Amino acid sequence: MKKFLEGSHAVAEAVKLCRPGVISAYPITPQTHIVERLADFVANGELDSQFVNVESEHSAASVVLGASATGVRVFTATSSQGLILMSEVIYNIAGMRLPVVLVCANRALSAPINIWNDHQDAISVRDSGWIQFFAENNQEVHDFVYQAYKLGENNKVMLPVMINMDGYILTHGLESVDIPEKEMVDRFLPPYNPPYKLDIDNPLTMGVLGDPSIYLETRYAIHKTLEETLELILCIGEEFNSMFGRKGIDLLETYWTDDADIVIVAMGSVCGTIKDFIDRERAKGNKIGLLRIITYRPFPKEKIFECLKDKNIVAVLDKSISLGSEGPVYTEIKSLFSQSKPKINGFVAGLGGRDITMDTLQKILDISLKKVVRCEFLDIKESLLKEEFYV
Amino acid sequence: MSEVKSHFEENLFVSGHTACAGCGQAIAVRLVVNACGKNAIFTNATGCLEVFSTKYPESSWRLPWIHSLFENSAAVASGVESALRYLGKIDKIKVVAGAGDGGTADIGLQALSGMLERGHDVLFVCYDNEAYMNTGIQRSGLTPLKASTTTSPSGKLWEGNWRVKKPLVEICAAHFIPYAATASVGFPQDLQRKVKKALDIRGPKYIQIHVPCPLGWGHPSNLTMEVAKKAVNSGLYPLVEYEYGKLTKVFKVSQIIPVEEYINIQTRFRHLLKDKQALSSLQETANKNIDYYGLRSA
Repeated sequence: MKKFLEGSHAVAEAVKLCRPGVISAYPITPQTHIVERLADFVANGELDSQFVNVESEHSAASVVLGASATGVRVFTATSSQGLILMSEVIYNIAGMRLPVVLVCANRALSAPINIWNDHQDAISVRDSGWIQFFAENNQEVHDFVYQAYKLGENNKVMLPVMINMDGYILTHGLESVDIPEKEMVDRFLPPYNPPYKLDIDNPLTMGVLGDPSIYLETRYAIHKTLEETLELILCIGEEFNSMFGRKGIDLLETYWTDDADIVIVAMGSVCGTIKDFIDRERAKGNKIGLLRIITYRPFPKEKIFECLKDKNIVAVLDKSISLGSEGPVYTEIKSLFSQSKPKINGFVAGLGGRDITMDTLQKILDISLKKVVRCEFLDIKESLLKEEFYV
Repeated sequence: MSEVKSHFEENLFVSGHTACAGCGQAIAVRLVVNACGKNAIFTNATGCLEVFSTKYPESSWRLPWIHSLFENSAAVASGVESALRYLGKIDKIKVVAGAGDGGTADIGLQALSGMLERGHDVLFVCYDNEAYMNTGIQRSGLTPLKASTTTSPSGKLWEGNWRVKKPLVEICAAHFIPYAATASVGFPQDLQRKVKKALDIRGPKYIQIHVPCPLGWGHPSNLTMEVAKKAVNSGLYPLVEYEYGKLTKVFKVSQIIPVEEYINIQTRFRHLLKDKQALSSLQETANKNIDYYGLRSA
């Protein structure tokens, strides 16, 4: 059934059909609409779930950790400061191998306080052992929810999954979303049946002290599992596609890359704008393409390498910055190539909700054709820098 | 051999762990766990207990047990309880959260308050050894007045810890929870009675257990129980019970002892023995407790 929904509600509708037994969250803009809608479902008997209103994101993540360890499917959502307040628990959840699903409405980090979109929050926990997806539109974020549970709860994976959706752009933007029938979701996503849980009939000690004789192996095991997950993501995407008739989850999406001289690499909703830009440039005869990273963790290195290795110019657009270094996606793309070809340019744009427009993308094209840049901030207001920040 | 076998059959928190000799917390945990019985799930904050009882691949716990982080034992317990509620098992399985004094009164206070306010059916047990022992005896919000710790040392200018203990049992009681109490490992029957009483009540419960730490307090390891008893008998650690915010029961002391008798077997108060003025301020704290709670038996 198609509904005209903002992204937050598209998430809530999918979560409802996945029937988590425990939902816990703390309010933060622009995530809040997701859990408000879920609370509505529970309040009206449309969803049988324990909805736990906590006193912080740290506790929201801890509640779903405890519930997941008890063998129940769980959900939480957050943004920005909420995610980094959770970050201690985020690492812990992955280390304890619990398949929590979290939707992050991506938002900038303070200071200055800023409620608008960029990817700094998600990037800041990229090393935690979570699987991370970046959605482009509301249908995708809706569909990712079903696939996230199926992936994380696979007994060979048992890792948490973070679905990233751009704050406001997707959370508050309305689009037509196709919601599947309950029976179809039930067929696709079996009930959660964990290989281990807190159980009085089979008492386990969870969250033990791991000294130097075992810690290294725990890290390796997560790393190895994540690498092996790359293939499973594709299988789940295909299964989704065959059941629901829509494209399933993937590692990457390519748009006009085959014959492209210049390929822009980006993540999230900005890719919609980039596709429009490419259409415009293609009409002028400029051979530009887009490589959209959908699966950011595990990082699909080989597939990215294959896609980009014969290109002349690659332009990586980061919506986050490793301050003092460069854009995090740029660093990883750059690390794949030891040769001078392709020429890889790094751009940082859209931080704190600054619009990335056709003009911004035009600058990427113009600069990439002329020079090599590593960490080029786009749309910088030079006068503001001089007057206020003495740069 | 049969003794070993019966130990493992009779206890749910078994020996073989690496706690220090005379560890008050280890004794208290055994008392709590055995009072709970096997139909319970335990959550545990980071601290000595988690370190000495769960070093992989060994565990002292014969019931389901989970440790996540330092400050979130109450929140993890809230999650376990919510899951049991969802599964329809909350009437059969008890949830018991545990933490040290730092994990309860300081870094874990927000999560604890949230758990109490939301009304989860969880018993929270604070093992109060009055400092951050796991990291090397640093001052916490439950360190008593004048106690010397590594971050509140006695010196030329300082007389040890400069603040009285945070009134945590009152803070918990002020959430109007059905039960909040203090207990002492020095009075095991009273302790176990309180645990059983708490577990018979639905809703959030809080018990704070005074557990001497030979290493941190500087007393001989064979005196743990005696030190614990003397804390209660001096009036410095009143054993009280609150129900829905009201003080309902006080453990009366038949013979009140001077605080000097409690502190002179511990090095953490050694500096007070040379400083009568500082000692008298500690005695004053005990006197206030004796009057306020009516600790003297008639």
